[in-house]
Amino acid sequence: MLILSCPFCGERDESEFVCAGPARAPRMTLAAATDDAWVDYLTAPPNPKGVVRERWWHSHGCGEWLIVERDTLTHAIHATRGARHEHD
Amino acid sequence: MQRYSFFNLLRHAATGHRSWQPAWRDRPLRQIYDVIIIGAGGHGLAAAYYLARHHGISNVAVLDMGWLGGGNIARNTVTIRSNYMRDESIPFFVKSVSLYERLTRELNFNLMFSQRGMIDVIMTPGVLRQIRRRMLAMHLYGSVYEPMSVAELRRRVPALTGGGPGSRLPIMAAMLHPTAAVCRHDAVAWGYARAADDLGVEIHQNTEVKALLRGPGGAIAGVETSRGTVSARKVIVAVSGHTSTLTETVGLRLPLQTYNLTAFVSEPVKPVVDVVVNCPDLGVYVSQSDKGELVIGGALDVGQSFRQDIKQGVFENTVAALLELFPSFRRLKLLRQWGGALDFAHDATPIVSKVDIPGLYVSAGWWGGFKAVPAGGMTLAWLAANDAPHPLIEGFGLGRFRHLDYVIETGTTSSR
Amino acid sequence: MSMTEARLASGGLIDRSKPLSFRFDGKAFTGFAGDTLASALLANGVVLTGRSFKYHRPRGIVGFGIEDPGSIVQLAGEDGSVGLPATAIPLREGLDAHSVNCWPSPAHDIFAFSQVFASLLPAGFYYKTFMWPGWHAFEPLIRRAAGLARVPAHAAPNQASEIRHGHCDVLVVGAGPAGLMAAWAAAEAGARVVLVDADRLPGGSLNHGDVSVGGVTAAAWARDLAARLDAMGNVTRLAGATVWAHREHGLVVITERDPPLPELRQRTWQMRARRIVIAAGAIERMLVFEDNDRPGVMLASAARSYLHRHAVRPGRRALVFTNNASAYATARDLAAAGIEVAAIVDSREQPDAASLAVAAGIEVLAGHVVTHAHGSRRLRGVTVAPRQGRGARRIACDLLCLSGGWTPSVHLFSQARGRLRYDEGTAAMVPDTGPATTFCAGSALGLFDLQAVLASGAEAGRRAARECGHAGGEVAVPQAGPAPAYAVEPLWCVDACAASTRAFVDLQNDVTAADIILAVREGYGAVEHVKRYTTAGMGVDQGKTGNMNVIGILAGRVGTTPAAIGTTTYRSPYEPIEFGAIAGPREGTALLPYRHTPVTPWHVRHGAVMYEAGARWRRPGYYPLPGESLDRAVERESRAVREAVGVYDGSPLGKIEIWGRDALALIEMAYTNGFASLRAGGGRYGIMMTDDGLIADDGVTFRLGDNHYMMSTSTANAEAVYRRLEEFLQCERPDWDVTLTPVTSQWCNATICGPAARELLADLDPDIDICNAAFPFMSLRDATVAGLPARIARVSFTGELSFEINVARRHGLALWERVMEAGSRHRIVPVGSEANHVLRVEKGFLSLAHEADGTADPYDLGMGWIVSKTKQEFIGKRAMEIRRSTGHRRRELVGLLPHDPDHLLPEAAPLTPGGRMERTEGLVTACVRSVAQRRVVALGLLLNGRARIGETAHVRVKDEVIAVTVTSPCFYDPDGLRLRS
Repeated sequence: MLILSCPFCGERDESEFVCAGPARAPRMTLAAATDDAWVDYLTAPPNPKGVVRERWWHSHGCGEWLIVERDTLTHAIHATRGARHEHD
Repeated sequence: MQRYSFFNLLRHAATGHRSWQPAWRDRPLRQIYDVIIIGAGGHGLAAAYYLARHHGISNVAVLDMGWLGGGNIARNTVTIRSNYMRDESIPFFVKSVSLYERLTRELNFNLMFSQRGMIDVIMTPGVLRQIRRRMLAMHLYGSVYEPMSVAELRRRVPALTGGGPGSRLPIMAAMLHPTAAVCRHDAVAWGYARAADDLGVEIHQNTEVKALLRGPGGAIAGVETSRGTVSARKVIVAVSGHTSTLTETVGLRLPLQTYNLTAFVSEPVKPVVDVVVNCPDLGVYVSQSDKGELVIGGALDVGQSFRQDIKQGVFENTVAALLELFPSFRRLKLLRQWGGALDFAHDATPIVSKVDIPGLYVSAGWWGGFKAVPAGGMTLAWLAANDAPHPLIEGFGLGRFRHLDYVIETGTTSSR
Repeated sequence: MSMTEARLASGGLIDRSKPLSFRFDGKAFTGFAGDTLASALLANGVVLTGRSFKYHRPRGIVGFGIEDPGSIVQLAGEDGSVGLPATAIPLREGLDAHSVNCWPSPAHDIFAFSQVFASLLPAGFYYKTFMWPGWHAFEPLIRRAAGLARVPAHAAPNQASEIRHGHCDVLVVGAGPAGLMAAWAAAEAGARVVLVDADRLPGGSLNHGDVSVGGVTAAAWARDLAARLDAMGNVTRLAGATVWAHREHGLVVITERDPPLPELRQRTWQMRARRIVIAAGAIERMLVFEDNDRPGVMLASAARSYLHRHAVRPGRRALVFTNNASAYATARDLAAAGIEVAAIVDSREQPDAASLAVAAGIEVLAGHVVTHAHGSRRLRGVTVAPRQGRGARRIACDLLCLSGGWTPSVHLFSQARGRLRYDEGTAAMVPDTGPATTFCAGSALGLFDLQAVLASGAEAGRRAARECGHAGGEVAVPQAGPAPAYAVEPLWCVDACAASTRAFVDLQNDVTAADIILAVREGYGAVEHVKRYTTAGMGVDQGKTGNMNVIGILAGRVGTTPAAIGTTTYRSPYEPIEFGAIAGPREGTALLPYRHTPVTPWHVRHGAVMYEAGARWRRPGYYPLPGESLDRAVERESRAVREAVGVYDGSPLGKIEIWGRDALALIEMAYTNGFASLRAGGGRYGIMMTDDGLIADDGVTFRLGDNHYMMSTSTANAEAVYRRLEEFLQCERPDWDVTLTPVTSQWCNATICGPAARELLADLDPDIDICNAAFPFMSLRDATVAGLPARIARVSFTGELSFEINVARRHGLALWERVMEAGSRHRIVPVGSEANHVLRVEKGFLSLAHEADGTADPYDLGMGWIVSKTKQEFIGKRAMEIRRSTGHRRRELVGLLPHDPDHLLPEAAPLTPGGRMERTEGLVTACVRSVAQRRVVALGLLLNGRARIGETAHVRVKDEVIAVTVTSPCFYDPDGLRLRS
């Protein structure tokens, strides 16, 4: 069980969160994409043996969505920030 | 190949078992083969065997980064069954079960294949509905799934005393899949390896493939390994969990995500459960090995992972679910637990397919891939030999993603 | 035999004032508090404790703790437990233990004959035979022979386990010399420390010898330091507890046996430690020679421990066989306790001088090995021979103490993905690089000199504390002595026995040196292959005393070094842990809590059969009258709705309030259809899709005011819809001004439906005009109803005139009771989900779980009208367009009428072309006896279905073919006049 460091609540156990899988490029840039690009975006998320950017929801905490950089090989967490500010 | 039989065992006993030959040979790695198979796991070894056996292609090298049979075939929960729901899936798994039925004789290796049957224990109307749907669809393909009364369930599995009328989720029905089986998992890898070796296939352990190589025309040309470059015009990738890592070396992204699945065994005890018991509502399944260990599996971990670790929360829930069904197992002890990395396709149905790179074939997205080893290997060999899919895997092609025509199996989450 | 037989008159860390009676294999014995079952058995002269797994060879006590491979027993009665070694079972009054794997007793086991066939049963023999006539002919016999103990027949009560969560700076595993020092240093620095040891008594190896530490006996030093730690506010000491798993992010799992609360059997801790010091010590290895499993063969350290800890003399005439220095102290101590020590057989040609000094006065046979043990149910003697040359001779003894060197307990280090290296000097795998949060200390690190062990503990504790921000922790390392240096020369197997089928490397699984060699010969040369082919190390003890010998033998056989062989993967748990301790109190509703509405007790009181309805809600399925069948009850309830009025508890339906400037934009993005024209007080049905363009949920959204909406979702998906909306808002549109509040549980509703619904509502004194013109279908009004503040929605899931009366949760039951009271005049009937299902199928309304199936889009369900042609974007639009662009024929929702109007179709039954045994072309999604049509009606998904309306299709139910007419999927009031009335 991971410890995630919520920027709003501090260090919390994984059981307070929901993992929504790898974070992808924001949807808005894809509005003009080709069908193939959209299919790729939809069906082939990043699957690195290494650091993956993930979306986690602090559902049993502050309710904020977070972007977590987590190593899929070691489970070490390199960064955690609020998703709202991801594209600032 | 030295034949295995009781008579030969007797004969070798007289000489202190000193003249048994290796089940497979160590041979020098050559620079060129007709086909390279990456991954000496169940699917890779089976594909090698069927390439040689069915298609006469024996100039084949099976390469593995570690020891033969060390992938997910070394860490699964040994259940074999064909209770699927979709037309794309059922006949494939029916075939796999029927190949398993003959495999011990075919490979002359006792796989301890044991058709003990599987009973689904059902607690909610939604699951009952899903399982009935499977029952009626399976019948079309000759696979048997039959309702069983709760009283009969209790008679068949006396240790299953939980789920009574006053419990949180009372058992409302049960379904028996009589052809479901368990099997000695390592033996499947060893048996295929021995038979493939006998047909001329080379198995190279401790030979890590670092990258796939393409030729000037864009077609596959071979692989770069920890022991140098090896060429072939056909390359099969059968490396559960690590598929995308390899294909990305030639810029090929696949609709796969790698997850961890945990399983565990109890200490060995005298026979107490003689079928596979699966409870989708609680998310646990259990069988007993010939050694007496209870073999238990449950739900998948959340989040991609290659760590092969155990998520305590998921594990505890699985144990608690087990005890809901079998309260007398509270004093039984956990002996060993492990995790395995497996890749999931976007629609959770396997991928056995050509890709955009000529000569490259991928077998991936197996979860519960142990049950699929014979049919998966057979159809994978066919695919590579004919450069066209076998009819049984037409639903497993990558092309389905191009137009998002998914094959979605539901209701099978906890019944690997 | 009297109990004084083997018990020394004095000494030991036992309480002689507390005798305990116990039984073993039906015979009564007595021991003392402080004994283990093993020490008490030895004290009573019992050396034969059971039979082995495969060959049914007599076995006895080999070790001292959990590592013991030989003495598995089963406990009966209250203790009811399965396979623990006798060495790990604290003695208690009334303990009732039985040996395993033998019948009728270990001394007279009828299966002992299987030893005769040993030559037929080498490693992996079962892969080579039992193939004719088939495995099924042999398997039952094999299964009965396998397994050790039996599962207790009755369920043990579970209140006896609890789970706790804890946090600390430094967790120290092991309270031996290194662990105590580490805990002390870390605690002095101010860190919050948890110190865990499997033994109740602190000190570990210090209790089992006669060295001194800090000028007092080592045991006293350990006790004093433990007491000092106990007095510190920042130290928690768990005694009799095992750290059995070391997982990601500093999570360690600990199980305490018999925690200091009488009602607790065990307690599992999930401890988050910022730093972990592994000071778990080391385990002595067996030596491998012929018949090295005879009862009376024991690890040297175990013999010494029984002597010092329990004042037990484990034999009368001993012989010590070693390849290292540590066993000399055992020989000396045995001799000091009055046991005749025949000789020390040392495989080293030149034992170190320090060793020789320790055992002054005892004959040392340097460069010698034991090649055979003699005796059957009890050791009678050994054959000793020089390693080189001739000169074998037999020496009588009833106790053989073995020391094959020491293996650091690196399990927890390896579990955390630490890497090991082979250390030539100590002939052992020792920690190399590991996670930055983990330190090893003492003999777990490969240190065997007590002074160095103490120092390494202090250093590890100090560093761990410092890394947690606690500087200091300088503690004086006490002087230890006398403890000679450790020196070892590897002896993985006695040369003369290399091919022996009776030289055991794994006693528990009956794996011999010959098995390892056979595995290599047959190609199973990787260490994992050897383990799996021979089963070495896969027993309950997980090969703690034998695995290193396996690696050594293997290395020798394939001509390489142990370093190149490596180890098998170390897996949790460190020792077997009861499932009850892992699950703790999680059972029943603690494992699977359920949700209920304020009306639930009423439903139950009125005979409702409760269903599990998704999202853990329990809802009434139907309300049978006494003696009424399901079918009759459902028909009665359905008919009441069609002909009079029914009421159902719709509270579980998901509700989300949506506020803000961009609320409409979010709703437009979520649903396929347009909501822009919706006016305050009005509502609209919508469908939402996943990104994959498949139906995710449906429901009605009302506009409450400017920038204010109330969205309803299906019961099962309420949480998922909320999650998806929040995710979209926060991750994709952070600049939008929208606030979401899930309010499902804040409302309770009674939905009245049927032709008399308006009259009934009127009887409840609403303070608004409820005529159809003033309060039309798909609108919402705030009102006072039955004296309660309410929000009434005109929606319909049954096709009848309906009012969904929502009140605050606290008023839910009052509302329900008033509705029932006022409804009696209208012959009101409470309606469950079964009748609701009948009514919605008649009407052709969508049920996600039935029709959508996770694979359909709105067009498939004949609802193309709900997909906006004008909206630029909504979730799922692109994917649906891509999928539909192929023009592939799809399964479409249709009605199905069986030609036999009374023939019910099983739900989920397949449709196949002509009813043949072929690939399916659809399925029956729902089938009911329609009260309106007075016949069976069904819905289904059928390939190209809409174009086939009027045709005959075929349902295949196993061997039966049922002809059905394909119709439009609505069997009742197709124009919707009734629900709009």
